[in-house]
Amino acid sequence: MTEAETIVVQVNGKERLLPTGLSVYGLLESFGLSPALVVVEKNREILERSRYGDVRVEDGDVLELVHFVGGG
Amino acid sequence: MSMAEVKDTPLVVAGREFRTRLIVGTGKYKDNATMVNAIRASGAEMVTVAVRRIDLDRTKEEGILYHLDPEEFLLLPNTAGCYTAEDAIRYARLARAAGFTEWLKLEIIGDQTTLLPDTHATIEAARVLVAEGFKVMAYTNEDLIAAMRLEDAGCVAVMPLASPIGSGLGLVNPYYIREIKRRLAVPVIVDAGVGTASDACVTMEQGVDGVLMNTAIAAAADPVAMGRAMRLAIEAGRWAYLAGRMPSREIAVPSSPTQGMLDS
Repeated sequence: MTEAETIVVQVNGKERLLPTGLSVYGLLESFGLSPALVVVEKNREILERSRYGDVRVEDGDVLELVHFVGGG
Repeated sequence: MSMAEVKDTPLVVAGREFRTRLIVGTGKYKDNATMVNAIRASGAEMVTVAVRRIDLDRTKEEGILYHLDPEEFLLLPNTAGCYTAEDAIRYARLARAAGFTEWLKLEIIGDQTTLLPDTHATIEAARVLVAEGFKVMAYTNEDLIAAMRLEDAGCVAVMPLASPIGSGLGLVNPYYIREIKRRLAVPVIVDAGVGTASDACVTMEQGVDGVLMNTAIAAAADPVAMGRAMRLAIEAGRWAYLAGRMPSREIAVPSSPTQGMLDS
């Protein structure tokens, strides 16, 4: 049996099909995001930026990609 | 008497000195250039920002750090939009990760119509966040007891509202704001409800340590001009407070001598 080539992940509230084996860094790159300006919460846990390259996105993950916006 | 003889001390929050007693928000501006120019005109050193999802479809603007240099301004992330202590704590931790900062404006709302703070939840969240090392500046109402509890919880500043967020109603309860200032040892910074320069001036005349505002500047027809007005208003109110105002009374007292009149 071959490993599935895609996984289903929730990113910012929307379900997306992503390739298996993608790192968090790769995910940000695919969205054109600069890692320095993004905070990643993976399954309610904040990821340290230094780990973006090591941590894989997995099937069923719930990801929140957040940043600072204007506010009072 | 020259200006140099009336001295003020700087605003100090959590051991850090600020050049100005005005803190401003970054929301509601029509465009980023106006925002930056208005903030500079106001002289504010510390600015609030919110934490939100990135728009992955890129229909909205990029994050605020494209426009605001953290070298020029000290970012104060807020927990705006949170209605529970649990949410506020989650957003606080995200903010700390996003900005490499311990500073936090803790805001937990209890009612969507009035945007009034849930002081109970705020006190609860403050205790947790202070224990995690945050420098918590807590948004609250004019309730003296809530203000005291927030100070006891370890907040580095307590921020009672002048009137509801975005209302522009000005300072509706000067009596209790003055009492909060009398009783607390930490800085008291009035946050929310300022509408125009006189509101900011009157607020500073109560003796509080600073004012935080957003809509008053951002929603003015000319935000840069209003930023300038607010800078002056904060200074005027502060000097008036330090000067010690005259008492007010309901009878008239002449300003010119009553003696030496002709034909007397």
